[in-house]
Amino acid sequence: MPFKIISSQCTSCSACEPLCPNVAISEKGGSFVIEAAKCTECVGHFDEPQCAAACPVDNTCVVDTSLPRYQGASLKRDPHERHAKSCC
Amino acid sequence: MNAVVERGKHVKAAMDNGRMMQSAACRASAKSAQASYGSQAGQGDLPTEVWKKVKNHPCYSEDAHHHYARMHVAVAPACNIQCNYCNRKYDCANESRPGVVSEKLTPEQAVRKVLAVATTIPQMTVLGIAGPGDPLANPAKTFKTFELVAEAAPDIKLCLSTNGLALPDHIDTIARLKIDHVTITINMVDPEIGAKIYPWIFFNHKRYTGIDAARILTDRQLQGLEMLSERGILCKVNSVMIPNINDDHLIEVNKAVKSRGAFLHNIMPLISAPEHGTVFGLKGQRGPTAQELKALQDACGGELKMMRHCRQCRADAVGLLGEDRRAEFTTDQVMKMDVQYDLEMRKAYQERVEHERAAKVAAAQNERAEMSGEMSPITLLVAVATKGSGLINEHFGHAKEFQVYELSTSGAKFVGHRRVDVYCQSGYGEEDRLSAIMRGIHDCHAVFISKIGGCPKSNLIKAGIEPVDQYAYEFIEKSAIAWFRSYLDKVKRGEIQHVQRSDAAIRQGSLISAG
Repeated sequence: MPFKIISSQCTSCSACEPLCPNVAISEKGGSFVIEAAKCTECVGHFDEPQCAAACPVDNTCVVDTSLPRYQGASLKRDPHERHAKSCC
Repeated sequence: MNAVVERGKHVKAAMDNGRMMQSAACRASAKSAQASYGSQAGQGDLPTEVWKKVKNHPCYSEDAHHHYARMHVAVAPACNIQCNYCNRKYDCANESRPGVVSEKLTPEQAVRKVLAVATTIPQMTVLGIAGPGDPLANPAKTFKTFELVAEAAPDIKLCLSTNGLALPDHIDTIARLKIDHVTITINMVDPEIGAKIYPWIFFNHKRYTGIDAARILTDRQLQGLEMLSERGILCKVNSVMIPNINDDHLIEVNKAVKSRGAFLHNIMPLISAPEHGTVFGLKGQRGPTAQELKALQDACGGELKMMRHCRQCRADAVGLLGEDRRAEFTTDQVMKMDVQYDLEMRKAYQERVEHERAAKVAAAQNERAEMSGEMSPITLLVAVATKGSGLINEHFGHAKEFQVYELSTSGAKFVGHRRVDVYCQSGYGEEDRLSAIMRGIHDCHAVFISKIGGCPKSNLIKAGIEPVDQYAYEFIEKSAIAWFRSYLDKVKRGEIQHVQRSDAAIRQGSLISAG
């Protein structure tokens, strides 16, 4: 699932922006936003989503549960887990 | 002495006009100071090449901070570590605290601001980038700003203040851009202690926590310091004193940074008022008292030169240390200003400042010479209200801080400053604030001011602090030594008895400005 930034908590520090491997983050109206279509949760690039790892305010870069699951990326994230699940 | 009083008054009048004038008395004083002008006065045990670099840097030379101003530009909002004493979200208009800013700038806006300030305040000699995050977590913005400033205002010294995590990656750029000074904040060299100060760091695309995080941080900080020293770039180390966490350990830190080439160590008190919303503030972690801080600074003093005049500035501060003029230079105002960068005007102004400085040093030397031969075990602290230029030129009721000097038969030594809330509010004094001010300078025997009202005067006397206004507009050190000589005389004659004073409190809350 793509990540989103809770704008009321965002301090607009810009730590996340240059770290996003998909260039999905930009500034809008004094806070930063993630373009859902571009977000891959950093799968294939890094162990953890870079925006959430770098954000100085906890629980500000979070999974956007309102949007449909990003299938391609999630399948790649942990192939072993998927395999284990399908076995059970 | 009259000549000096006269000269001091002229300086005040000139400062009020925003210009410095030269009077006959001023020229006379400057001439008498020629003996020490250009000598090593104030240099202490610093090597000459280091002294040359820092003598006009307000953050590095205690003497320069009376005369020269600095500014910070807030171009670097992002940070790569989390510290328990930091919260960048909270911004009180009159607060002096690292990490706090009112507006963030682009490198282009920053350069315009630098030129506007340099034109309005010709004694501004230093541009620093100190966040509000970490300059090296924002390398593109930080270095772009330095490049543009170096091009537009080549006489301004550049410096940056970092937590050190990304420092080793940027040493070559720092050297290439001729950045004069770097400050690294190092609070520990033991990862177990570090884990209590830093909840996490973000390094090589990963978030690290606990001892692992602190180990990476300390390794990178010390490596960065060594690399700077190898390239001959001056490096100061800042440490935050956190009682019961790293207070004793900072002696160890002091040794570690000295051996790696740091030339100055600045131990600052933890700022942890609950309203700042920091982890330490909310947990009730206390900051040190004035005497605890001084004792630690004294304990480290033998190892490495200590800095004691730090004001823990905001990341967008402008002006002399302890004075903040950033409200005059908001982006809106800067855009409207007609900026004509005039290098010659700045040089001429700074030459006059140098004459002023030399006169001050000479006056203090003369006064010290008068005291030579006096032997007394007495040392005591006095507080001074000043607006800058090394003069006693501030009213008691208008002082936002008091500078503290330690007096002994070897002279007057600056040992620190105490921030206070301004006592006088639109012509009336506030009782609560008076008692808070007295707690802040409770360890001082006297307070030097240019003027004081009857009510605070009698309260100070009652509390055993002598209000001294007879040296108004004279040089601080010279006056303090003269007062100390008369104090010793009175003790000798049995007119007064010398008693030790107790501790003072370091002010933790946000500053409230004069109405």
